[in-house]
Amino acid sequence: MALGKVWVFADIDAGKPAPVALELLTKARTLSDTVEAVAFSKDAEAAAAELGAHGAGTLYAATDPAYGEVLLGSPAADALAALVAEHKPDLLLFGMTYDGRDVAGRLAAKLGVPVIANGLDVSADDGVTVSTSIFGATLNVATKFGGGAPAIAIIRPKSFAAESSGGAAAKVVPITTPVDEKHRRAKVVDRVADVATGPKLEEAPVVISGGRGLGDPKNFELLEQLAQAIGNAAVGASRAVVDAGWVPYSMQVGQTGKTVKPSVYIAVGISGAMQHTVGMKGAKAIVAINKDENAPIFKLADLGVVGDVLKIVPQLVDEVKARKG
Amino acid sequence: MKVVVCVKQIPDPNTTGQLDPQTHFLKREGVEVVMDPGDEFGVEAALQLVETNGGEVTVVSMGPERGLDAVRKALAMGAAKGILISDEGLRGSDALTTARVLAAAIKREGFDLVITATESTDGYTGVVPQAIAELLDVPAVTFAKSVELDGSTLKVKRQTEAGYDLVEASLPAVLSVTAGVNEPRYPSLKGIMGAKSKPLDRLTPADLDLAGVGGASAGQTITEVASAPERAAGEVIRDEGDGAKRIADFLVQRKVI
Ligand SMILES: Cc1cc2nc3c(=O)[nH]c(=O)nc-3n(C[C@H](O)[C@H](O)[C@H](O)COP(=O)(O)OP(=O)(O)OC[C@H]3O[C@@H](n4cnc5c(N)ncnc54)[C@H](O)[C@@H]3O)c2cc1C
Ligand SMILES: Nc1ncnc2c1ncn2[C@@H]1O[C@H](COP(=O)(O)O)[C@@H](O)[C@H]1O
Repeated sequence: MALGKVWVFADIDAGKPAPVALELLTKARTLSDTVEAVAFSKDAEAAAAELGAHGAGTLYAATDPAYGEVLLGSPAADALAALVAEHKPDLLLFGMTYDGRDVAGRLAAKLGVPVIANGLDVSADDGVTVSTSIFGATLNVATKFGGGAPAIAIIRPKSFAAESSGGAAAKVVPITTPVDEKHRRAKVVDRVADVATGPKLEEAPVVISGGRGLGDPKNFELLEQLAQAIGNAAVGASRAVVDAGWVPYSMQVGQTGKTVKPSVYIAVGISGAMQHTVGMKGAKAIVAINKDENAPIFKLADLGVVGDVLKIVPQLVDEVKARKG
Repeated sequence: MKVVVCVKQIPDPNTTGQLDPQTHFLKREGVEVVMDPGDEFGVEAALQLVETNGGEVTVVSMGPERGLDAVRKALAMGAAKGILISDEGLRGSDALTTARVLAAAIKREGFDLVITATESTDGYTGVVPQAIAELLDVPAVTFAKSVELDGSTLKVKRQTEAGYDLVEASLPAVLSVTAGVNEPRYPSLKGIMGAKSKPLDRLTPADLDLAGVGGASAGQTITEVASAPERAAGEVIRDEGDGAKRIADFLVQRKVI
């Protein structure tokens, strides 16, 4: 195959690899016969089975809890730099997560190698090329890595579908680089999770997102009711209402928020700005409700309804309940 | 305290940008160039920090001469000094090259804190802050949604996938701020007038011992640019009382209920 060795940086949360890590492993299998994962988490070993099942033969794991007590970017970049020098991977894939970006950015500077971010696809036919989309996803750009190995690419979540390879658990190889005093200059003193109920936004088969057209923060309650009625649905939001403080940032869909690819995306009172649609136009089907028939969101919608969300959504809750019996 | 803010000049984000089909460079002709709206939050954060803790804000930008407007805007908002690094050879610089040039200029200037936005609105690479921090050998406190300075300890709520982390870091450091971390001020008329007489350094990579660094030394090249495929539009109906029913039918048809 085209590349000798590809590494995937895996974010691990409570022993579970982030979905994007499994997506990247799936892609990596098409680029190289040797696919390996790297993780910095005290319970990384618990993820070895799932990472292995998606193609990682080896898992380099830093399980020293000290990595969790500081901002990961600096100690992980140091440890990775040493590991890269030893094992010489050709390509490092990072998911576009907060820690992934921190580690990749520092590592690129430390190694003096180029990094391409915001990727949607990666190929290795003739050198490594990363596709990105710019200007609100109106243009696709292919960028090829020049000199300096390894190539470092940061890929947006949901760019590939995760598929099991049926592989055995990854062989765990410990990373023993200690977290030295220098890395303690930025400490994590607490981790706070926004309260969330129901399925995760990125994983729900139905996503219902609300925008400024809901008129008032309390009308998000209507979307919660609809999500309940549908079941297995999550509620998202446009940036306009996140910035206005109606709902937390963790609900934001779009360029500076989450990318979702549900079976059905329902945009409620959202105009359809490019920065929003870039995060949802990969949905299998799109439904839009907007009172303005010229709203750009209708250009993407499989079903668009021109009307008042405050009238339609409550009726829709009843219709869904009636159909579910 | 010496705070350096990195501001980028970008084509007006309210217009759709274009790449030159031959060179693959951003088309700058006939396009209004503005300070990246994301960087306004960085300038505001810097000004607020020196207003409560004392000190001075310097703004630094790498880009063509026209970028002076972005620097001037930051000066008009209240920054004390500007630095613009320009050179024809810098066109087409990648994230790492950009970080090298900015880090060298920041080092030359001296700093306790460097502030950037989390990602630029046009390039959207979002790794320049981390790369600058590595080159300056200081912590990168990233994705800040709130910032406080307690003595020489930076206390930050850092955005995470699940919520936020409370992070404490010692200075010197690099801080990247998210949009919404504060309410950027508008430059006052007095500020705009005053900006004209504030000190402004114009540098080239050679002044930073980085002669020859730029687009030509970038470790990546654009090989292809194409329009993204458009999603085909479907059916748009007007709600005549049956809108909800039609959506419910659609959900059934798509097998999600
Ligand atoms: C760098 C950058 C990054 C950005 N990132 C994101 C991002 O990640 N995600 C994101 O969403 N945005 C993002 N934005 C903002 C984006 O450009 C839009 O401003 C935002 O998406 C608009 O949100 P909205 O559709 O809720 O509000 P609006 O654009 O105000 O639209 C509200 C819509 O509701 C309709 N409406 C009003 N009342 C009713 C009613 N009663 N019934 C039915 N319809 C009604 C209106 O016709 C209108 O179309 C970004 C912008 C920039 C510059
Ligand atoms: N050419 C530049 N001049 C000044 N600051 C920059 C430049 N490029 C990037 N930055 C800073 O780094 C942040 C992230 O940019 P990027 O990593 O390019 O998405 C920006 O918001 C700026 O604060």
